[in-house]
Amino acid sequence: MSEQTSHAEHEHHIVSPKVYIVVVLGLLVGTALTVWASFIDLGPWNPVIALAIATGKAMLVVLFFMGVKYSTKLTKLTVIAGIFIFLGLISMTLADYMSRAWGRW
Amino acid sequence: MSDNPVASSTGTHSALAETGGPHHEKHPSYQRHHFETVGQQADATNFAMWLFLLTEVMFFGGLFTAYLIYRNWYYPAFVAASHQLDVRWGTLNTLVLILSSFTMAMGVWCSETRRKSGLVLCLILTFTLGMCFLGIKSIEYHEKWEKHHIPGPHYSLQSFLDPASDESAAQYGDKPLPLDMARHTEIYFFLYFAMTGMHALHMVIGIAILGYMIFRARAGAYTTGHVTFVENFGLYWHFVDIIWIYLFALLYLISRHQ
Repeated sequence: MSEQTSHAEHEHHIVSPKVYIVVVLGLLVGTALTVWASFIDLGPWNPVIALAIATGKAMLVVLFFMGVKYSTKLTKLTVIAGIFIFLGLISMTLADYMSRAWGRW
Repeated sequence: MSDNPVASSTGTHSALAETGGPHHEKHPSYQRHHFETVGQQADATNFAMWLFLLTEVMFFGGLFTAYLIYRNWYYPAFVAASHQLDVRWGTLNTLVLILSSFTMAMGVWCSETRRKSGLVLCLILTFTLGMCFLGIKSIEYHEKWEKHHIPGPHYSLQSFLDPASDESAAQYGDKPLPLDMARHTEIYFFLYFAMTGMHALHMVIGIAILGYMIFRARAGAYTTGHVTFVENFGLYWHFVDIIWIYLFALLYLISRHQ
């Protein structure tokens, strides 16, 4: 069954406006939260929380506004591969800087 | 030997052309001949759009990596320079862009459910919100111009060497930076203009395409079942929104508590 559906072309899924409204409200709340959190002194956690909230918001946009949640396996794989390579490149660059010039700028 | 396949393929071609009439009725006019079904065509186009967006991720990724490294190296300079941005303008712009993403998503829905006037309205709203974003951005850029915070020969260290003389710096109780560190604020502003400038360029391109789409949507182009263009433009617009979500967190909210 699943074999068949993966071979058959993708049924076009129409996301209901209700989902979009919930998502946009989530994004607005996330924005308020991240601004509020930035004014509190959390030491090293400030950038972590700011990035975590930004990533949460980005996930909402990718999954619902961009419809990846309802898309084909190919699209999902493409998105995941992109994020993976991006993070891989960043880690390798950082590993290079941290192991060679860190503290000597 | 090479003549035969050519001849036969031309033969097949003309045979197809003759029966072209009935052949065309089997599928909608917007389906290209090299796709078997409309669904296959939509999937392929969607995949291509995502591949393009991945190249965009890599492009902005380079800028984000540069930001990450310099921020770690010259953190005090980044904090002081970041205090020069007005968090209220940044927040307002984030709200504007999120709303524009919402109106774009609703536009895709209108296109899917064949609501022509709804689609035109959504596209006009998205267009207007996009223009609002650029308007607010230009107010911010103008402020940087007036304070000589644009990297280059006229760059001024005044706000960082003598923060008491600067309203935005004084507001956060910034202490004067040593000259060496103060000079590195220019790197922050270089990255600020490179990143927000590239983002703004994407907005300008998006707004231009939106203008074209409004024109086409009024003629009923996207409400006859062929939603691919609106859908893929939506992907682009949402992607630009995501970039801003990160830019806002990284450039504006570095250390408002200090």
